[in-house]
Amino acid sequence: MSDEEKFDAIIIGAGPAGCACAYILAREGKNVLVIERGDCPGSKNVTGGRLYTYALELVEPGLYKDAALERQVVREQIMMLSEKQGITIDYYNENLEENTSIPQSFTVLRAKFDQWFADKAEEQGAMIASGIRVDDLLMENDKIVGVKAGEDEMYADIVIAADGVNSLMGQKAGLKEEWNGHEVGVGIKEIIELPQDVINNRFAVGQGEGAARMILGQTGGIQGGGFIYTNKTSVSVGMVVSPAELAKQDKSVADIYQDFKMHPAIQKLISDGTTAEYSAHLVPENGWNSVPKKLYRDGFLMVGDAAGFCINTGTIIRGIDLAIVSGVAAAKAILKESEQPGIQYMKNLEELSLVPTMKLFAGWPQITSIPRMVQKYPDMINETMDFMFKVDGKVPPKMTGALKNIMKSHVSLFELISDGWRGFRAI
Amino acid sequence: MTVKKQQTDELLGLDKFAVDEDNPHVVIDKEKCIKCTEKPCLVVCPAKLYKLGQDGQIQFDYAGCLECGTCRVMCSHKALDWKYPQGTFGVSFRFG
Repeated sequence: MSDEEKFDAIIIGAGPAGCACAYILAREGKNVLVIERGDCPGSKNVTGGRLYTYALELVEPGLYKDAALERQVVREQIMMLSEKQGITIDYYNENLEENTSIPQSFTVLRAKFDQWFADKAEEQGAMIASGIRVDDLLMENDKIVGVKAGEDEMYADIVIAADGVNSLMGQKAGLKEEWNGHEVGVGIKEIIELPQDVINNRFAVGQGEGAARMILGQTGGIQGGGFIYTNKTSVSVGMVVSPAELAKQDKSVADIYQDFKMHPAIQKLISDGTTAEYSAHLVPENGWNSVPKKLYRDGFLMVGDAAGFCINTGTIIRGIDLAIVSGVAAAKAILKESEQPGIQYMKNLEELSLVPTMKLFAGWPQITSIPRMVQKYPDMINETMDFMFKVDGKVPPKMTGALKNIMKSHVSLFELISDGWRGFRAI
Repeated sequence: MTVKKQQTDELLGLDKFAVDEDNPHVVIDKEKCIKCTEKPCLVVCPAKLYKLGQDGQIQFDYAGCLECGTCRVMCSHKALDWKYPQGTFGVSFRFG
């Protein structure tokens, strides 16, 4: 790469945000360079996880049809675990969009998906340079004019930080403060390989169909939760927990995860499987309140996880779709050729519903972080189930009294009211 | 093989790493580190790379780093010089 070369845009990071942005810019004739530190796109990235399809439709209608996706999610599940028991709510819905019959979401593996997406952007004419770490931003008169990678300097009209949750470039640009341990979750995941038919049978899904399961409880009492996503020939099992809460106790997060994985109600879903990969990643968990106050400056925009775009309502976890939407918003802002692409970018984020949606859920981390959510409530619900299904030949206690006692043994009335009030205020 | 409780070392053995032997991407400032009494790094690292030595000092091996960044976020004494590994080095997820 020669020093004089100047691009219309340099994108740091070939994840979904960077690829979406590159795809559109290249399609519209812009000269785009995407710089990826991994060996190949996706090799540094981890998801739970799933992709909500609408976002790919914004990039190019129909694009999802040949995307590297795993299974169409038809079972949405919520599981609550106590030490030995587990209750699962299972909601079946093929989730096809009314007019177009587009499936709402798919499970994904990022090494495959990001590579596919980068290839698509390349087909549109974007240049993808893998195996290069951007070390610094180049500044001239308070404007960001390019990037530095080793000895190489590369220039562009605009630099887009799509460099993920740690966004060291967002920090270098002075826009992003370092996270604190309450704003992020540390995610741990194992990929457990199982034959396709076994997955279909265990999760009661058809060919190409899958399940997504959110799990509360048995995360060592640490705020957060677990998940299971079915891929084509593997199951993703993991958890995301608060590092700030972890630091208050002395069990390693790795050990907490191993115990979680071996819970009898989970272990049976993955038994006879073979672990093929162990991964970890940070997740922006605090929603809108942890998005940097400013996401742009002269010559610079921030997208995706770098911008902190993530929504967790307890039943819905969104990150990849928001990353793609923000990549689209950034590309459209640049294509408008306005004097201030940053302001246009923020307008686009509003119009594409990203900012209003994040604001709507801004208070939700207050609910998902209620301490009793991760142990006392799951325990209470499981004990209630135990009472409701128990037959031992003796005269059972009266229903009302028994339920009241179960409740009392887990939470006080005061705690219940205070959590209820917290939840009410948050939404 | 069936799924079982596994040690972190075993699990890291399943992952693909290209270790940059000459350039550690995370470097501990021992002077700052020794002043820290909480040592959150011992529990928050998913790869369990931080270990407490007999001398009371943190021992760290960057070779199995999953590059999540949790240690950097949690290090209250700012004792870590934390960068990503140079291009092509570090972990390469085959599934992710």
